Amino acid sequence: MAKSETPLLDELEKGEWPSFVKDLKQAAAKKPMAKDLMRQLELSYKDKIGHWKHGGIVGVKGYGGGVIGRYSDRPDLFPGVEHFHTMRVNHPTGWFYTTDALRKVCDIWDQYGSGLTNMHGSTGDIILLGTKTEFLQPCFDALSDAGFDLGGSGSALRTPSACVGPARCEWACIDSLDICYNLTMHFQDQLHRPMFPYKFKIKTSACANDCVASIARSDFSIIGTWKGKIEINQKEVQAYAASGINIREEVVDLCPTHCMAWDEGKKELKIADEDCTRCMHCINMMPKALKQGKEKGATLLIGGKAPILQGAQLSTVIVPFMKLEPPYTELKELIAKILDWWDENGKMRERVGELINRLGMRTFLRGVGLKPVPQMVKSPRTNPYVFFWPEDIKKEGK
Amino acid sequence: MAKTDIGPPSYKNFLPPVIQKNYGKWSYHEIVKPGVLKHVGESGDELYSVRAGSPRLISTDHIREICEIADKFCNGYLRFTSRHNIEFLLSDKTKVDPLLAELKSKQYPVGGTGHSVTNIVHTQGWVHCHTPATDASGPVKAVMDELHQYFTSMTLPSQVRIALACCLNMCGAVHCSDIAILGIHRTIPKVDHNRVPNVCEIPTTVASCPTGAIRPDPKNKSVTINEDKCMYCGNCYTVCPALPLADGENDGISIWVGGKVSNARSAPMFSKLAIPFLPNNPPRWPETVAAVKKIVETYAKHARKHERVGEWIERVGWERFFRLTGIEFTDKHIDDFTMAPSTYRTTTQFKWG
Repeated sequence: MAKSETPLLDELEKGEWPSFVKDLKQAAAKKPMAKDLMRQLELSYKDKIGHWKHGGIVGVKGYGGGVIGRYSDRPDLFPGVEHFHTMRVNHPTGWFYTTDALRKVCDIWDQYGSGLTNMHGSTGDIILLGTKTEFLQPCFDALSDAGFDLGGSGSALRTPSACVGPARCEWACIDSLDICYNLTMHFQDQLHRPMFPYKFKIKTSACANDCVASIARSDFSIIGTWKGKIEINQKEVQAYAASGINIREEVVDLCPTHCMAWDEGKKELKIADEDCTRCMHCINMMPKALKQGKEKGATLLIGGKAPILQGAQLSTVIVPFMKLEPPYTELKELIAKILDWWDENGKMRERVGELINRLGMRTFLRGVGLKPVPQMVKSPRTNPYVFFWPEDIKKEGK
Repeated sequence: MAKTDIGPPSYKNFLPPVIQKNYGKWSYHEIVKPGVLKHVGESGDELYSVRAGSPRLISTDHIREICEIADKFCNGYLRFTSRHNIEFLLSDKTKVDPLLAELKSKQYPVGGTGHSVTNIVHTQGWVHCHTPATDASGPVKAVMDELHQYFTSMTLPSQVRIALACCLNMCGAVHCSDIAILGIHRTIPKVDHNRVPNVCEIPTTVASCPTGAIRPDPKNKSVTINEDKCMYCGNCYTVCPALPLADGENDGISIWVGGKVSNARSAPMFSKLAIPFLPNNPPRWPETVAAVKKIVETYAKHARKHERVGEWIERVGWERFFRLTGIEFTDKHIDDFTMAPSTYRTTTQFKWG
């Protein structure tokens, strides 16, 4: 038997978890570029560094993004990956597919690319991993004919994503899928043609469990919530208690606001709704017994991001409650105002959250026309370095 | 010419009939067993979702195999989760067990629901990134091989979300994970003075540095990097390709713990540094695998039911976390970036460990 060219990677075919090396080998059996990808990766495993050169501008006609240029730094050894560009394809919202649609994407990628994918990339796109420059345009044309489009890259709106929402979740306070799809279609120009200071991400979670990590990973977070009382079905609470949940220890005692009480004798749950901060824990524990309040909407937050540059930030509240119903005019107008303000004031490679830190939240709020409310802060400031607006100050002689 | 700006295909075309009928009208759900969710609509209709693990980096052959399974059991409907799992969607309860049998025979792990370790969100690593400090798919595979029994069961105090990013850019946004595996560089970029004038814009390069470590070097039409100020983020390399910082001997992995995204009980939290450096040791990263496993098992032993890793550590204190895990506490754990004092202890209340 011939000696393996990839002894280090072969080690990763062992073990219980599905192996990406198996997939690399499947693709390598058909495509020289996938084979060279695998051989180059083996070299990386040997010398412990990556072998990709920095970017390079490649793309398809009419767009400024959606393709990530990538070139091997050892084309002498691995000619198949001399260029090996990634195409980001905007995933169907909620990552729902029919097998027909998925097979179409496979057919196209088998024809024009490496046959390797990520299902999915970190932002949510279908990642078609690696092809040559000359195949980019025909591949895009075929994708477009099949009803697919590219996602965002560079200093643009990145592909918005959403949790599974009302398609399969009783906790959905908003139609996360429709909101995400609607915003994606509305902001197509901003998605395909980078014109911002830096990237901008929008993620929509239909409840505070935040299954798409919107508060951590998006510049503009839309998170479903409600007003009004949690509806309690006492019989179902009792059924959960009978099924083995310790209502006091596992539900009441873990409530962060201590707004619940459990009467062990009467088997009755009480909630002081005015103290509830809608964290979802009790509802997560007993979905059959507890239903969110009737008035549904979303909390809007801004500025979430990973560390580059000034450090990681979580999104912070800017609109405590907005009703969200199609065509989402108020939401779209707010996003447009934020984009304009950021575009006008932001430095190159400055995320909106960092711009707000630099210029101050009050400047941002005034810039986009939002009224300050206590829900925006954990506490008022503790330092006395307060700025006043010119109109706050009495002028001499007046 | 192909049409542009058509956007993604509408998700509405890809929803199975049971979802179309019950859209927005789900009543409750249960986890029938690890990896099997049952959602019940107000109509009484049932939807079963069977969740299976995937390596994320998958071939078109693999996708076609997934399609065959979905055709056979789910009338061709499926979805993927935000953590790279595959979900087979069925309305016919009698097909759940045959589907599970088929998945078992094809070696798909089924699980990732409830109090489990679900799939590791991760990045490209050496497979396709230009700034990685480690690989992504390899460490993920090695860690999941070791933890797969926590994927296929629900025995942990709460869910444990693990994520890996191969550098500080954090495409994997690992900064709010129960356990984060983060590739780090530890040496400054090597300035290629011959290439900088041709491929880099000096003001942009200088401005890209968060700590002001980069200065123009007009004599060479290049830049200099202040070794004392650079913290190896690689942001300059992203704007200036003549500043590579990969270093096979010194790049490696750091481990972070206690982050969360959900608002349930406690507010979302950042992950905090547990282990500053572990070597890159391909192909199976034994030091990283052992460290992650030790943290998961210490948490499993000591946390109360429903406590996420971060909630457990906040309750018992970091001093106890370090004692229980046996991880050494060093000066690297004490923040010295811009908001550092906010993490210093400003009370005499602490534990002895």
